[in-house]
Amino acid sequence: MVAAQSRLNRLVSPTLSRHLLLALGAAVLLLLLSAQIGAYEDYQLTAVAIFAVATAGLTLLTGLNGQLSLGHGALMAVGAYTTSLLLEGHELPVIVVLLIAVLSSGLIGILFGYAAARLRGPYLAGATLTLAVALPQVATRYKGIFGGEEGLTVTPTSPPAWLGADFPPERWLAWIALAAAVVTIVLLANLLRSSTGRAFKAVRDNEAAAALAGIDVARTQVLAFVISASCAGLAGALFAYWSGVTAPAGFSLSLSLQLVTAIVIGGLGSLAGAVWGSIVLVFVPSFTSGMASTLNLPSSIANNLPLAIYGAILVIAMLMVPYGIQGALTRILRMGRTRFGRSPADGHKGVVDWDDPALDP
Amino acid sequence: MKSVMDGTASWIRGIALVCVVGLLAACGNSTGSTNNSGTNTASAPGITATTITIGSTQPLTGPAAPGYSEIAPASNAYFQYLNAHGGVFGRKLTYDYVDDGYNPTNTASQTRKLVLQDKVFAIFSALGTPTHLAVADYLNSEKVPDLFVSSGCNCWNDVSKYPNTFGWQPDYTIEGKVLGQYIKQSISGKKVGYFYQNDEFGLDGVKGLDDQLGASSIASRQNYVPTNTNVGPQIAALQASGAQVVVSFTIPAFTALALLTAAKLGYHPTWVVSNVGSDVPTLTGLLTAFSKGAAGAQLLGGMVSDTYLPLISDSSNPWITLFKGIHDQYISSLPWDGNVLYGMAQAYTLAQAFKAAGRNPTRSSFVKSLESAKLGSGPGLAPFGYSSSNHLGYLGVQVDTIGADGTQSTSGPVYTSSDSGPISQYSGSTSSPPANGIP
Repeated sequence: MVAAQSRLNRLVSPTLSRHLLLALGAAVLLLLLSAQIGAYEDYQLTAVAIFAVATAGLTLLTGLNGQLSLGHGALMAVGAYTTSLLLEGHELPVIVVLLIAVLSSGLIGILFGYAAARLRGPYLAGATLTLAVALPQVATRYKGIFGGEEGLTVTPTSPPAWLGADFPPERWLAWIALAAAVVTIVLLANLLRSSTGRAFKAVRDNEAAAALAGIDVARTQVLAFVISASCAGLAGALFAYWSGVTAPAGFSLSLSLQLVTAIVIGGLGSLAGAVWGSIVLVFVPSFTSGMASTLNLPSSIANNLPLAIYGAILVIAMLMVPYGIQGALTRILRMGRTRFGRSPADGHKGVVDWDDPALDP
Repeated sequence: MKSVMDGTASWIRGIALVCVVGLLAACGNSTGSTNNSGTNTASAPGITATTITIGSTQPLTGPAAPGYSEIAPASNAYFQYLNAHGGVFGRKLTYDYVDDGYNPTNTASQTRKLVLQDKVFAIFSALGTPTHLAVADYLNSEKVPDLFVSSGCNCWNDVSKYPNTFGWQPDYTIEGKVLGQYIKQSISGKKVGYFYQNDEFGLDGVKGLDDQLGASSIASRQNYVPTNTNVGPQIAALQASGAQVVVSFTIPAFTALALLTAAKLGYHPTWVVSNVGSDVPTLTGLLTAFSKGAAGAQLLGGMVSDTYLPLISDSSNPWITLFKGIHDQYISSLPWDGNVLYGMAQAYTLAQAFKAAGRNPTRSSFVKSLESAKLGSGPGLAPFGYSSSNHLGYLGVQVDTIGADGTQSTSGPVYTSSDSGPISQYSGSTSSPPANGIP
């Protein structure tokens, strides 16, 4: 009886139930939010969810496993092209398409992960850079299959009939994307609290010590790469539904760099930071282009001003909050805790660890 | 008693008859809008009693920005002129154009912003073939009028698939056929090579060229993508094939790159360039900028192109006088070139379309009126093709050549055609602008 009870306790561990509860709460809040706002805001909320899926995977890889990837835009392209090719000419349920996209990008992740397993630091970054630059060109080279520069169009997914004829398709897509984001973040959060997650951090902090402790370094690196590639693929598949067109120009090097920027601004190594980063990624450019249009400037300046402002905001943000948004929030919370008698552990190497046990009482 | 009643009855009948006739006369309106009398109403999304809002996606930055970024400000200048002279039935036309950087993914999100958030009445002059293909399905499923796409792809002429989409500039296939015919007639006996953008724009032009020149007789076919500015391999291949005439379906930046690369290789074929990429001021600026002053307009001597609007240097043309005046008044900081003329001519066509649609159009009544109104060709050299089965704009072009001193002159008559039909000479005459420049 006791053995069975303890087995049950182990199955429904505090981590899982805590994360599921948080996820449920977040899901309900997001559902209510999406119903209150207009169709275009739902469209932007979908973009935030899509980038949150991609940045969550990337922050796991870069922040928690220490591998810098400059090629996640290309992995999103893999997911997007898989989706576009699957939907060419026939309809498939969304969940099937998303799962196949996750598998295909995971496969590319395995191939690339093993090829790059021996590379570290700038060499890995360079290898992923090659991926970022070369993969979209495959679409242009094999124009017949991938549609070339124009790309492939994806028919928008229409909401099911039981939601009513007036239900905006943008809201339906927002629900799908938000569900994907919540599921991804819950799964990753659980992973990080498990022994695999601790192995990731151990390899990041000191490879030799991790190897001596019995962790298979190469396997850990590849696993982290595959998981983050699958997240990027899922994000890419949703991106294809969201933008309606999958063209190489949409997955340029700047997308990969924007993802890295997002995780750093949000807080490297933190899943909450990944969400903050996606919000910045979606809303700051539209804010800056709105700002630029209200000023009456000569067109050569006005056209390029949004990008200049965006760059300035990023530079200022990094100078003022070097640990990112989540880092700043954690520090504020920590100051609050110190005031009330709980002293935190220190020395996080600029990374905000999600739910680091050292911070718990 | 009976005679008085009879008299009254016939009076009443007479008055009733007059009223009915008067009512019918007042109601009669070929465009189908029910209220053509004096009050403006908010008859459609984007139309209020005092304003009309239209939107556009334009390459204000990116590889297509050189030259093309002037088109929307030029249209806007004409709209400001229009608003200053009473607007459209007293409403002010607001032109909300946004940058998509010639990137189809940006076009998709910006178009949704225009339709869902800014709630424009119609999309006008959306620029680019690959960029607009990304959103044509969306706009038609939302039944938003998609007017005068700035692209000559024949994809816009698909009434069953895109009932709300209308082209404006001549179809690339028609252009290719007229240029091909010119090469056949005036530069015959030389080897021909192609250099084209590897998408619908270039491929449609090539289709027209092949129709006239014969696909198997072409010495070399080279293509490029806008995201890769290194055209050295392609130009070298054209040189190696011995092509003495190169037909170029390129955007201005790539026309300039091709000319400079060829000059560096010592290769001087006769360049036959689509009107899309042959504007002289734009090319002069790009050549000077790309070569850092080493080369300029002298590379344009002998170039052949085509046009469907009056030449910008033709100061005797009343349309040029009108549009140059508006340019000097509202956008004098921009150069006076083919892009500005294009933007204003398009804006003029939109003003014509709004006038024909009546005081309080709906989106569908506007589309129907454009199909049936038989708009005058405005500044254009060829007529419009708009009908319920045809959504092509200008139906033809006239060949023009650039002399060694950089001056353009037209050559031969205006030719019209269709994608699969024969080329015929257009014998109609061009119109003059109305007195104040408002249709």
